[in-house]
Amino acid sequence: MSSESKFGEYGGQYVPEALMPAIEELTDAYQRYVLDNEDGFMDEFRERLRDFGGRPTPLQRADRLSERYDRDVYLKREDLLHGGAHKLNNALGQVLLAKYMGKERIVAETGAGQHGTATAMACAYLDMDCEIYMGRTDINRQRPNVFRMRIHDAEVNPVDIGSGTLKEAINETMRDWATNVEDTHYVIGSIVGPHPFPRMVRDFQSVISEEAREQIREQAGRLPDSVVACAGGGSNTMGTFHEFVGDEDVDLVAVEAGGSSLTIEEDEGLAPHSASLSTGDEGVLHGARTKLLQSTDGQILESHSVSAGLDYSGVGPELAHLADEGRVRPVNVGDDAALEAFHRLSKMEGIIPALESSHALAYLEENPDELGDLVVLNVSGRGDKDLDTVIEESDKRNLDAAPTMEVFEHGE
Amino acid sequence: MGSEIRNAFADDPALVSYVAAGDPDAESTKEYVRALVRGGTDVVELGLPFSEPIAEGPTIQQAIRRALDAGMTPDRYFDLVAELREEVDVPLVCMTYYNLIYQYDAGDGREGPEPFVAAAAEAGISGIIVPDLPVDESDPLKDACKKHGLDLVFIVAPTTTDERLDRMLDRASGFVYVQGRLGTTGARSDVSDDTHGSLDRLAETDLPKAVGFGISERGHAREIVAGGADGIIVGSAFVDIVAEQDDAADRLEAKARELKQGALAGAPDLPEPEGK
Ligand SMILES: Cc1ncc(COP(=O)(O)O)c(C=O)c1O
Repeated sequence: MSSESKFGEYGGQYVPEALMPAIEELTDAYQRYVLDNEDGFMDEFRERLRDFGGRPTPLQRADRLSERYDRDVYLKREDLLHGGAHKLNNALGQVLLAKYMGKERIVAETGAGQHGTATAMACAYLDMDCEIYMGRTDINRQRPNVFRMRIHDAEVNPVDIGSGTLKEAINETMRDWATNVEDTHYVIGSIVGPHPFPRMVRDFQSVISEEAREQIREQAGRLPDSVVACAGGGSNTMGTFHEFVGDEDVDLVAVEAGGSSLTIEEDEGLAPHSASLSTGDEGVLHGARTKLLQSTDGQILESHSVSAGLDYSGVGPELAHLADEGRVRPVNVGDDAALEAFHRLSKMEGIIPALESSHALAYLEENPDELGDLVVLNVSGRGDKDLDTVIEESDKRNLDAAPTMEVFEHGE
Repeated sequence: MGSEIRNAFADDPALVSYVAAGDPDAESTKEYVRALVRGGTDVVELGLPFSEPIAEGPTIQQAIRRALDAGMTPDRYFDLVAELREEVDVPLVCMTYYNLIYQYDAGDGREGPEPFVAAAAEAGISGIIVPDLPVDESDPLKDACKKHGLDLVFIVAPTTTDERLDRMLDRASGFVYVQGRLGTTGARSDVSDDTHGSLDRLAETDLPKAVGFGISERGHAREIVAGGADGIIVGSAFVDIVAEQDDAADRLEAKARELKQGALAGAPDLPEPEGK
């Protein structure tokens, strides 16, 4: 492992000067506690992930999907991690690290609310003050998670500016951090932001691929032909890929949100998708040089996805680098296909996937032959948080796969 | 060698005034800059609006939003600067975020810091401030600024370590931007202790030192200059007036005059001006 700040040309530390000393302090703590396991930090982290988090999560052969696609499909069940998504791996790691660093207060941003929930949970567990910033649009589409954060005694601060999604929430959290930097740690929710966040978050999430690689060898007797995960910022993607990066015969497929179309509406400042890895241009956002959805002038475009957790205009610098190198294959699927995949898995396997994870499942449906005979797919989270959105969006589209709720809606 | 910006600090404590270019439109910006200069502004910081202004508080965020909604772009910004330079003779400093510089497309196949700085120099910009570009990542922009004779201004925060300060002072020119307090831009009602601490650390520096973040009244200006600053930087207090619109030009002129007089009143070797 290395503590370099760049992945090729990507990465770096582009933040206001007021934050630089905190970032240097964090870089030092990352080196000592995470990379060098000083004071047994990593041992404590792994132990807490097991006892509090419920690790290891299963790698489950999905029998009916395997039959449908005529190949072996294994699901890494991050939906079974405590809190219902992979996000706890990172949140627990960072809150614990903040404790080791002597910080008193945690701030975090959240899109889908999964990272906010995981952070609030980790803060309740480790007894830290917690404030979460969340865009107004996301609050409206992820209400159950807002309540969950509140139940764990976190403050939830609505962000009204712009489109009210993840990008604005990150801006606002950075402002809070810049104001309170001396006693506050910012638990960033994905492999984005200034160094050391992209590496550190990846290291915390790599437990997914450590387990999956061992599990698949045990259960299938060999390495998979492909590993598939959905990419918003890219934390579950890199977590699922990391231990396979050196296995050159394993195809690493990052599935982005194609939204309603892959176009750009420059006049509106809007991209009706979030496929920054496959379609974005290099630029600087939120502390890192990476691939971004932006106008020709360099203004950041609003992104869109039916899934709040993928709705972000940037992507982690490591993924951008691995995509340029040809090691990671970026692809995307649209909102409709993701919704159908949501219903398909729920019906066929008894697992309700997060809308984010449904994107990976939709790619499997659309292109099974490109994935080889043995596929590992990360179910990054469970879909309970998405039920309101799914009912509404399925109705709008008259999705055949969706159950109708109408008969129940005429009572007293 | 005295740069144009440095010269603006030479005679008396300087007032550096910020407005967002294109808020609410380009014509108004010209009128407001003229008014600020009439009021005693020595350097104008003209914001080139970026969609993600992470160092700004709500006042300037909203100004940037208005300017973007009204269609401000880097090329229109440079046109505005060129027009302004025909009317006012104070130095203009470009305040913006790194992605706009990084992404700048000169239209002839060249992109990035060098063509951006070339276009800025051509339009009449004297210096650049980039709040999300720490000294560690600044070499490409610094080289371009050197080549075209522009100053690159760095922000010193209350948390800046001595070692970082040395690195910044190595590369800084024009003036040193002293961030008066932690957090984001925005008018406040007091002067932070951090300001005094930072000024003490910079006492030996021969570049002019201007303090910004939170200054809105005559009394702050006086206290900061009396504490050793060579100038003050005021943004949100002006942008508030622009946002309200009523008599904006006259009120900007009056506010600039009030702040400039406050700064003069704080200067140890200048006589306290008569009256208020
Ligand atoms: C369940 C789930 N999967 C995926 C994501 C996307 O984020 P990342 O790409 O960082 O894993 C999120 C984000 O909130 C999420 O909640």
